Amino acid sequence: MSDQTLITADLVDLDLAATERGAATRSLAERLAAAGRVTDLEGFLADVAAREAQMPTGIEGGIGIPHCRSVHVTEPTLGFGRSNGGIDWGASDGPATLIFLIAAPEGGGSEHMKILAALARRLIRQDFKDRLHAATDPADVADYIRQEVTPK
Amino acid sequence: MKLVAVTSCPTGIAHTYMAAESLEQSAQAAGHEITVETQGSAGSEPMDPSLIAEADAVIFAADVEVQNRQRFAGKPLVQTGVKTAINDGPGVIAQAEAAFAAGPPAETSPSAAGTGGGGMATKVTSDAGLGTRLRQWLMTGVSYVIPFVAAGGLLIALAFALGGYEITDYVPEGSTIVDVFEWGSLDSWAALMLAIGGTAFGFLVPVLAGFIAYAMADRPALVPGFVGGAVAVEVGAGFIGGLAAGLLAGAIVMGIKRWQVPKALRGVMPVVVIPLLSTLVVGVVMFVVLGAPLAALTEGLTEWLNGLSGANAVLLGILLGLMMAFDMGGPVNKVAYAFAVAGLSTGTEASLQIMAAVMAAGMTPPLGLALASTIRKRLFTEPEQEAGRTAWLLGASFITEGAIPFAAGDPLRVIPSIMTGSAVAGGLSMLFGCTLRAPHGGIFVIPLVGNPLLYLVAIAAGAVVTAALVIPLKSTKRALQQEAVLQAQEGAPV
Repeated sequence: MSDQTLITADLVDLDLAATERGAATRSLAERLAAAGRVTDLEGFLADVAAREAQMPTGIEGGIGIPHCRSVHVTEPTLGFGRSNGGIDWGASDGPATLIFLIAAPEGGGSEHMKILAALARRLIRQDFKDRLHAATDPADVADYIRQEVTPK
Repeated sequence: MKLVAVTSCPTGIAHTYMAAESLEQSAQAAGHEITVETQGSAGSEPMDPSLIAEADAVIFAADVEVQNRQRFAGKPLVQTGVKTAINDGPGVIAQAEAAFAAGPPAETSPSAAGTGGGGMATKVTSDAGLGTRLRQWLMTGVSYVIPFVAAGGLLIALAFALGGYEITDYVPEGSTIVDVFEWGSLDSWAALMLAIGGTAFGFLVPVLAGFIAYAMADRPALVPGFVGGAVAVEVGAGFIGGLAAGLLAGAIVMGIKRWQVPKALRGVMPVVVIPLLSTLVVGVVMFVVLGAPLAALTEGLTEWLNGLSGANAVLLGILLGLMMAFDMGGPVNKVAYAFAVAGLSTGTEASLQIMAAVMAAGMTPPLGLALASTIRKRLFTEPEQEAGRTAWLLGASFITEGAIPFAAGDPLRVIPSIMTGSAVAGGLSMLFGCTLRAPHGGIFVIPLVGNPLLYLVAIAAGAVVTAALVIPLKSTKRALQQEAVLQAQEGAPV
């Protein structure tokens, strides 16, 4: 079932208002909490921040991937936000416009992890990024991502 | 070209796979075959050994230790971080092409040493910031020093426990332990342990300097590092001199390695030219540039202390405490200790108080750090936590060197903390009027202490103050970030 629900329309924000890393992460995490996928918002944010502190998760090409494994996560979940202004995520070539908040449950089975691995691999494919930049409807985005990461 | 790669990152859910994807895309674009082993949380499938056997070059794109890296020994190797592989896949592939062209590693790299465990490890990421790398260099040196501190320190502690504080005088002036050793004498055995422990301690600073240099610039830097460290001991520069020698040696070798040399010379660079040149430079700097000012400093400090003899007792205790903790066995520490021991022969009440204050101040640094690493494990690396366990006994035995692993790895946060703690212990010991008529021994000479209960209070207070300072200093955001990188490299499960 998890591949069906990695991301849903209510976890997509195509017009992320936040302009700073912490606020952007929080606004996406709030969506995860509202969907019942994160049980303790503050605890989860602390786990994400701990990972981020090791080394910023921004990568070249305008992508930020805040992520963590956390006991406060109930199932593998992706929150996606698109920032039109861009948010500094620590990458050397400038701000991130596509933000992927990846939440993995502590001790999740390897089936779950394979979906996240598939997602991670998509993140650096140009056609995947192009599609997300062009998208206009959250439901389409969720459908597209789910379809991409489903084991073929 | 056939390539194999391993990708691995701290959390194992994102970068590991992105790096794998990036390397696969870039290799394909360049017309190479590549097989990537993703050591992430989706389970790691060890790749078929025949793929490794056939591979022309190996790529490690890893921020944590690669598992079973000895499988790849002897192959041309490119090592980088996951982010570099993600951001610049084609660049990494180009490096692999260059590594293949250069042939298998002539100079055995840690992985190629093939000793099962993977040879000597340095844990340094090339794309981290300078502060983090500096800390990684220091921590590499520290991790090799800790066994010397533990073995030497425990032998010395045992010598005092068995032979009492007078064991230092067991071997008469002008002879060695060999001349006076008797198989049936307990004191002989204690004196022997003292001699062995002392010999082990003689390696502290050279090993520290040698492996700091090694972390910075690999095997060719070992010689200037060790020699620079030994010169630091020779001129009495202590472990701070050793830190300077190690960093200097590493920096010089890094510089020489950048030289473009004719191909004919390339073979002898790592075994002859680099060690020779760098050792010469480091030796000259350590002897000439550091030696003379240090001698002057020692003399000046001694005179200054002698001039303070009539000063306020508590203030004197505080000053001696600060000096004892500043460099743990270095010049400033030695001046304070020698000042106290010189006073012992006069036997006046004031000089016995000074001896007590100096010993208390010398006990608190290892004790305070042991306390801190026990109650807040998370703030200390794995090797530091191990050093913390022996530091209890070393501190209790007045072996201040037990704090060196902590101070060498993070001097700017640790040294001020232990100095303050020692100042408290020294000041309180003076305030309580504690006295001591032995020059050494730690808790083993408590029976010789005047006012022993308050003396223990002074030591405990110093240790608590040290811990109470070092914990918040190590909890700052910057410190935690560096720590996280170090922990990740130790392969701590995330």
